[in-house]
Amino acid sequence: MRPSSEAELADAVAGSMRPLLVRGGGTRTLGHAVGEVLETGGISGVELYEPGALTLVVRAGTPLAEVEGVLAGERQRLAFEPPDLRGILGREGVSTIGGVVAANASGPRRVQAGAARDAALGVRFVDGTGTMVRNGGRVMKNVTGYDLVKLMAGSRGVLGVMTEVSLKVQAMPEAEATLVVEGLDDPAGLACLRAALGSPFDVSGAARHSGRSLIRVEGMAGSVAYRVRRLIALVGGEVSLVEGESSAALWRAVRDVVPLQGRPGEVWRVVTLPTAAAEVVARIGGEALWDWGGGLIWLLAEPGRGAEVVAAVAGRGHATLVRGQGGPVFPPEAPEVAALAAGIRAKFDPRGILNRGMMG
Amino acid sequence: MQMPEPDAGVLARKARIVARLRAVLPVDAVIDAPEELRAYECDALTAYRCPPLAAVLPRTTEEVSAVLRVCWEEGVPVVPRGSGTSLAGGAMPTADSLILGVARMNAVLETDYENRFIRVQSGRTNLSITGAVEADGFFYAPDPSSQLACAIAGNIAMNSGGAHCLKYGVTTNNLLGVTLVQMDGTVVTLGGPWGEPAGLDLLGVVCGSEGQLGVVTEAWLRILPRPEGARPVLVGFNSNEVAGACVSDIIKAGILPVAIEFMDRPCIRATEAFAHAGYPDCEALLIIEVEGSEAEISEQLARIRQIALAHDPVEFREAEDEDQAKRIWLGRKSAFGAMGQINDYMCLDGTIPVSSLPHVLKRIGEMSRDFGLDVGNVFHAGDGNMHPLILFDANKPGDLEKCEAFGAEILKLCVEVGGCLTGEHGVGIEKRDLMGVQFSAADMEAQMRVKDVFDPKWLLNPAKVFPLEASAGRRAV
Repeated sequence: MRPSSEAELADAVAGSMRPLLVRGGGTRTLGHAVGEVLETGGISGVELYEPGALTLVVRAGTPLAEVEGVLAGERQRLAFEPPDLRGILGREGVSTIGGVVAANASGPRRVQAGAARDAALGVRFVDGTGTMVRNGGRVMKNVTGYDLVKLMAGSRGVLGVMTEVSLKVQAMPEAEATLVVEGLDDPAGLACLRAALGSPFDVSGAARHSGRSLIRVEGMAGSVAYRVRRLIALVGGEVSLVEGESSAALWRAVRDVVPLQGRPGEVWRVVTLPTAAAEVVARIGGEALWDWGGGLIWLLAEPGRGAEVVAAVAGRGHATLVRGQGGPVFPPEAPEVAALAAGIRAKFDPRGILNRGMMG
Repeated sequence: MQMPEPDAGVLARKARIVARLRAVLPVDAVIDAPEELRAYECDALTAYRCPPLAAVLPRTTEEVSAVLRVCWEEGVPVVPRGSGTSLAGGAMPTADSLILGVARMNAVLETDYENRFIRVQSGRTNLSITGAVEADGFFYAPDPSSQLACAIAGNIAMNSGGAHCLKYGVTTNNLLGVTLVQMDGTVVTLGGPWGEPAGLDLLGVVCGSEGQLGVVTEAWLRILPRPEGARPVLVGFNSNEVAGACVSDIIKAGILPVAIEFMDRPCIRATEAFAHAGYPDCEALLIIEVEGSEAEISEQLARIRQIALAHDPVEFREAEDEDQAKRIWLGRKSAFGAMGQINDYMCLDGTIPVSSLPHVLKRIGEMSRDFGLDVGNVFHAGDGNMHPLILFDANKPGDLEKCEAFGAEILKLCVEVGGCLTGEHGVGIEKRDLMGVQFSAADMEAQMRVKDVFDPKWLLNPAKVFPLEASAGRRAV
C-alpha cells in the first residue's frame, strides 16, 4: 500500500485486518517485523520552511535528499547529520525524513548538536487505530502537554505512522577543519577524543578508525583557526590538518560507516560510555569504528558473538545487531521498563498491527 | 480555578494514612500539623491556595517508593514538589492530596568529567549543579530564571528552559537518564549516562510530564565544558518590526548567539525607573550574547554589528568590560521585579514563530487598550518564547479575572499564529482549561493514554494539565 494523503493512510490503517510493515524508503529498517508493506513515500513535500526561524515542516515521506537540497538552497542543514546506512546494510531505496526521525538516525555531530529527537519539534501521526494525532508544533520552546515527539522519534513505527515532522535546522558553517591524529594506540587515541570533547573548543565530531583519531571544529573562519591551534596544543601526537571539502568527506565516511562496508562478518551498533569504548571492543574482538568520542561503536565482528557483546556492554550501554543472522536484534530492556514500553504500544496500537515483532 | 471535590473517604482516613506514612518514614519526614502545612498550600502561582492533607520530605528513593506504595494502596492523590517555584500551579495541592517534597534529596551522587555527566538527587537546585562542577571548568546548561531556587526535579517535570537555550537546548536536550518511582512504588531506570535509550524513548515523555507519570528521585545530566568567555551587546530600535527583522537576519546569517533577549517600550521604561541600567528610551531593545575566546567574541560581534547597523538602530552598545556587561544584563534581569514595583502582574509564556513577532506585539497592544490593563513584553526572541507581563491590582475586585481573560486571549493568539500556550513554564492548572485551543480531543487522548500506562489510577498530580472534563472519567476510576 502506498497512500497519497494522511486521510488515505488513516483509512488504510483503520481498515487493515493484517499486520503492517511501515516503511519510508526501507533503507534503515532493522529486525524481523513482517506484514503487508505500508509505504509513506506518497505523502511527500515541504509544508513550510522559514530559514530565519530555523524551522522546516515537511511531510514524512519526503526523500531525505530532497530535504537536504531545500535546506542547502538557504545554506542550512540538518544539524544531527543523519547517516546513510544503505552501504553498511546492503540496501537500495530512497531514505525518507520520516524514516530518519522514526529511527532517531543521528550522525557524528550528535556530540555537539544533539540527535534527531533533539531537532524534532513536532509530529503528526496516525496511530494503530487509524486516529490522527498531532503533538508538539513548529516552535523551539514548547512544553504544552506531554512530549510525544520524543516518544515517536526512535519508535520505528511501532506506535504510529508519522505523516509530518517539524524540525529545527541549522545554518551551515563558514568553515570546517579536522585534526587527524596518528601514532596512538586505541586507548590513547580514544582518550585524546575525550580530552577534545572536554575542552571549551566546541568540537562537532570526535571519531576514530584505522588507527587515526579525527577531531572536527566548525564555525566562522577565524574561530575555526583559533580552535584548531588550541586543540593541536591540547591533544599532542602527530597531527595533520584537513580542511573544507576534504574534511567533509572524512566525516561522510564516519557517518555512513564506510570503512566497514562490504566486508564479511556481522555488524553491531554499540552505545556505551566513552571511557568503556576501548575495553568493550577488546573484549568482543573485531574491527571498530568509534564515533561520539567512543560513545558509539560500529563493530564488525565474527558471526555468533552475541553473548560476548551482551556481556561486554552490560551495565554500561546496549547493542543492536544491525547486520547479521543472530539475534536478538534489539537490546533487551529491564523487565519493568519493558512492561511500560509494552503498555504504551498496547495503548497506541491495541491490535498490535504496526511493525509487529520490531523492538523487543 | 475549578478543582475536583476532595475525596471524602481520604479526608476521613487522614489519621490512618498519616500513621501509615510515619511507619515507613523517619519521624521528621512527615508533616501534618495545619500551621506547618500552610507552607505547602501554593507554589509561585500564589493566586490559588489550598493546604494539602499532609506533606512528606523523604531522603531516599526507597523512602519515596514506600510513600507512594502507601498512597497507592490508600487511594491518596500525590502532588510531587521540587522547590515550589512553578508559575503554573504545577505543585498546588488539593485538600485530599499528599505533598511529596524532594527538597531533602539534594546530594551529588557522581561526577564524571571524561564521560561528561553528573548524577544528582532530584531535589538539588539547578544552580548548585553548576556549582558542583564549575571549579573544574564545566557547567549545566539550562538556566531558568529561578535557577537559584528551583530543583532539578521540577525542571524535569516542566522541561524547563532559560535564556541560553537558543544554543544549548532545554532540559530534555540535557537530560540523560532518571530513576523514576511509579505510583505503585515500582522503581525504574530510564535512559542512562550513555545518552541513548535501548528501546522507546520513555525518558523523552517523562521529561515535561508535570509530575503526572512518576516521581523522579535521581537524574543523570549532561555537563558541558565552560566557554572561555561571553559578552553581550545592546541594540535599540525604533520599532518592534525592525528589531524582529534584525533577530531573523542574525539567525539566518548562521551566527548562533547563546541568547537573544527582547524588551519592548513599556518594559524598558519600567526597568529604567527601577534599575537605572542606562537603557536607551526606544521602542524595542535587544540584548545579544555571544561566547568564545576574545578573538571569537570579536569576530561574532563584528558580524552582528554589521547586520544590526543595516537596520538603522538608535543605539548599538558593546560592553567594553565586565562592569558594562553586567549593566547591559541588569535591566533585563530586573524586568520582572520592575514590573512588580508598578503593580501585581501575571507572567505568560506562550511561544510564537519568530516571524509573527511584529503582528503579535501589535495585537497585544490593541488588546491592552481593550482590556484597560497595561502589559510589558520581555522575552527570548531567538526562540520566540514570549513573556508578556500583564499588570493588574489584586485588591481591585474583578481585576484578576480581567487579567486572566486578557492572558487567555494572548495565549489563543500565540496558538493562532502557529505557536503554543507555554514555552517553558508548563500547563499546570493555569493553562489547563486552554488545552483545547491547541489540541483536539484525539491529541489529548493520546497524551492521557501515556498516563494510563504509568499511573493507571490517576493519582499523581491528577487535576492538572488536561481540562477536568477531559480527564473526568479517568480520575473517577
